[in-house]
Amino acid sequence: MPTVGIKRDLLFKALGRTYTDEEFDELCFEFGLELDEITSEKEIVSREQGDTKASDASDVILYKIDVPANRYDLLCLEGLVRGLQVFKNKLEAPRYRRISPVNGDPQKLIITKETAAVRPFAVAAVLRNITFTQERYDSFIELQEKLHQNICRKRSLVAIGTHDLDTISGPFTYTAKPPGDISFKPLNQTKEYTATELMSLYKTDSHLRHYLHIIEDKPVYPIIYDSNGIVLSMPPIINGDHSKITLQTKNVFIECTATDLTKAKIVLDMMVTMFSEYCSQPFTKEKLSGEFINRKVGINESTEKIAQLLTRMCLLSRATGVGDEIEVEIPPTRSDVIHACDIMEDAAIAYGFNNITRTTPRAYTVANQFPLNKLTELLRQDLAAAGFTEALNFALCSEEDIADKLGKKISETRAAHISNPKTAEFQVARTTLLPGLLKTIAANRKMPLPLKLFEVSDVVLKDETKDVGARNSRRFCAVYYNKSPGFEVIHGLLDRTMQLLEVKSARGEGYHIQAADDSTFFPGRCAEIIVRGKTVGRLGVLHPDVINRFELTMPCSAMEIDIEPFL
Amino acid sequence: MADSGVVETLLQRIEKADDGVDSLNVAASLGVDHQVIVGAVKSLQALGDIISADLRSSKHWELTVEGSEIAEQGSHEARVFSSIPLEGLAQSELMVENIEDQVREKLLQVQKGNFSQLDEKEKNELKKRKLLSEVTVKSYWITKGSSFSTTITKQETELTPEMIATGSWKEKKFKPYNFEAMGVAPDCGHLHPLMKVRTQFRQIFLEMGFTEMPTNNFIESSFWNFDSLFQPQQHPARDQHDTFFLSDPALAHEFPQDYLERVKKVHSEGGFGSQGYKYDWKIEEAQKNILRTHTTAVSARMLYKLAQQKFTPVKYFSIDRVFRNETLDATHLAEFHQIEGVVADYGLTLGDLMGILHQFFTKLGITKLRFKPAYNPYTEPSMEVFSYHEGLKKWVEVGNSGVFRPEMLLPMGLPEDVSVIAWGLSLERPTMIKYGINNIRELVGHKVNLQMVYDGPICRLDS
Repeated sequence: MPTVGIKRDLLFKALGRTYTDEEFDELCFEFGLELDEITSEKEIVSREQGDTKASDASDVILYKIDVPANRYDLLCLEGLVRGLQVFKNKLEAPRYRRISPVNGDPQKLIITKETAAVRPFAVAAVLRNITFTQERYDSFIELQEKLHQNICRKRSLVAIGTHDLDTISGPFTYTAKPPGDISFKPLNQTKEYTATELMSLYKTDSHLRHYLHIIEDKPVYPIIYDSNGIVLSMPPIINGDHSKITLQTKNVFIECTATDLTKAKIVLDMMVTMFSEYCSQPFTKEKLSGEFINRKVGINESTEKIAQLLTRMCLLSRATGVGDEIEVEIPPTRSDVIHACDIMEDAAIAYGFNNITRTTPRAYTVANQFPLNKLTELLRQDLAAAGFTEALNFALCSEEDIADKLGKKISETRAAHISNPKTAEFQVARTTLLPGLLKTIAANRKMPLPLKLFEVSDVVLKDETKDVGARNSRRFCAVYYNKSPGFEVIHGLLDRTMQLLEVKSARGEGYHIQAADDSTFFPGRCAEIIVRGKTVGRLGVLHPDVINRFELTMPCSAMEIDIEPFL
Repeated sequence: MADSGVVETLLQRIEKADDGVDSLNVAASLGVDHQVIVGAVKSLQALGDIISADLRSSKHWELTVEGSEIAEQGSHEARVFSSIPLEGLAQSELMVENIEDQVREKLLQVQKGNFSQLDEKEKNELKKRKLLSEVTVKSYWITKGSSFSTTITKQETELTPEMIATGSWKEKKFKPYNFEAMGVAPDCGHLHPLMKVRTQFRQIFLEMGFTEMPTNNFIESSFWNFDSLFQPQQHPARDQHDTFFLSDPALAHEFPQDYLERVKKVHSEGGFGSQGYKYDWKIEEAQKNILRTHTTAVSARMLYKLAQQKFTPVKYFSIDRVFRNETLDATHLAEFHQIEGVVADYGLTLGDLMGILHQFFTKLGITKLRFKPAYNPYTEPSMEVFSYHEGLKKWVEVGNSGVFRPEMLLPMGLPEDVSVIAWGLSLERPTMIKYGINNIRELVGHKVNLQMVYDGPICRLDS
């Protein structure tokens, strides 16, 4: 969820009144925003860099407001104020229209076919006769940055360039060239660089280096020229210095280059609608019925009232008079509206979620437990009653935990591997519950002996017969850790478990154990557990090497079985 | 029991003294170690109010080992003097003919217990020379108790089978129990607190008529986890930074083909009353295997399955693990348990969702709820659920909810007038609040504090 920092006094000035913090919090809540933090630049700098650095910072009060991830139109002061004012019936929902310049034709941006290899789409617009103040200018830059970080996915989907139109002349050309053939003076630099030089120059730039990878390995780089060959920008990295906008800029040329055309249009719409009364996109109209809204929300309002509710959400609406039909205008600022249900939500918000009468679904249903979970719940109770304490370990672990430390090879494990773990703790999904229990003991060595632990939980195994190529397996594992190995204790727990599961001690139809070789266990101290002729698990005394690798010092016996055969 | 002879003598002394006796004095006069008297006092105290004894401490001075040697044999100086034979002194320059061994005299005074004979300065000087040390002695001031008697009868500690058989218990006096002491801890196992809370949530859902979903599939395809939920393929949640992808098995290989085509269409072109997201939907993205980021992936599978039959209303729930490749801190782990409730029926309203949430949270002991508009790619409307926390005196977020989008339900084949409402919350957060745990690692994973598990109370969520 993006957070927007806005100066409180500027906000109140734009809203035409002041609020207490509580009142403003309440207003945000109703509208679907969250007043996350009340702070100041000074406080932020002091928290992040210490008090000494903060002494010069401004102590103007800032509101940090959380905005829903799909409401790009609320990412700046202008959009936020407009949304709130209309919501409170203080302002009419704006209508946007395109105008042609007084003298001459609209500007043109020509896209050449070379761009297909790197960044195929571009859209552009002009904002005319704008007056920047320092605050408006800051907000303009801030909105670009917020859009870049959110909908533009860190410039990978869309990159925005803004230029002083009076320093350049159209038509403009969007093309792509090999990096060695591109040379220009980039923003805030004093000399010309080739694109190759720029890429190495920005390697160390704390901000720009994050975007280099988007085009770095491409044979050609995207570039925008004006009719005189002046470079406007090399998207998505940097603009040219020549056309940079200042507080004095009157006409702004905005270009958005993209790998996703829909997103590029949304971004361009946001830029122009937020900062202009004149914009190039017409609004679209949708028709829906008042009954639809009443039925979905669970209210009973007249068609006219519903139209009023929608209008308060910047969706200019009117009852057409044909039955309960409502005509809704969707402004370019509301790219989130793609279905009638999005309009229904706005009606519900304007009505106030908390004013809707709470009702109960009438359907009669009979509850069923998932059989495997039912078995697990019942078994856990009795395992605790048998004197063992339940542990709860992570389903993810390192390769070492399930292989090397247990004296096994990772290739023998049928483990599912994670491709992007941030640390070794998340390399694989566990294939056995034993390492987790041994780590729990290691972390609790100060506790009095004996330690008797169990866990009933899922492990993951590769399985070609499943649609995703892997499946869970529900396991029961127990360990006994004391001055003596206590094989008989674990064996006794197995006997008790079989008693609970109504399996008799017998070969054939019952259960029995028989000697087995397993590198996790001490030689001659391991047995397979065989139930109705099938091996379901193992028990035994752990190998001293295993005990050492888990940083334990005492003998330890353990058992682990698959409980799914007992369903 | 202390030596009964000492106990009797002590009782006689106390009887004779009007205002009580000091245990140290008694020990000195009986010529026994002070600890013997202390033992007698303790055993008398255990018998009830025979005596009353107040602990007090006094300071006195004792000779060190070196000090005792000097007291016995004279100071080092005096010993040098006396060791010089009368005839063997070559240098007859001996300045003194006789000496007064003051050090020895002083030490002998202390040894006799006459501490007051020496002034503080002298004592400190001897202390500095390590000949004296100051000792704090604890003693009892013993007086008669309310049921004082010089004769005591032996008390039995426990009732025995013999006493019951012979009836001898009727004549015996029994030693009183110390009810202040703790009992012996029972030898038992324990359930994990998070699992106890899980059991309660299961119980609540079952009481409300919800059927449990099979969530035993941690590995899920992006298709069921995201695409089927109408979550676009460029959505940040599908980033490497947020989701664990698998390298082996890397891809899912089986999908319901018709349904997949409808999902592709609704994303890329729209349909079912939607404009769609208008982008190039790729099967390669949908095939990527991940560790499921929410149990809603299972809800999607269940709703798809439901749509393949003649529709009947259902209520589903699940509580199971989900995985996020997020930055970890005191309240966030890479895996946690998600609680999810889903209701599908004809004509469900937003009011129904809020009503059922009210019932659900009432069972958790939470009655003050309010709802905030929110955004979620697969629900519209979406509402965050807040409850008023009496302790913190503020509204805190307790869950997320919404109505599944038509773009998710209609491609599955559910009837157009069926609505599906759903909500979710984490299991860890209410558990941490319930058990007062601040660091999630003390609750989940191998770093768990077993003492906390041993000491945990039963879980009643509504009290």
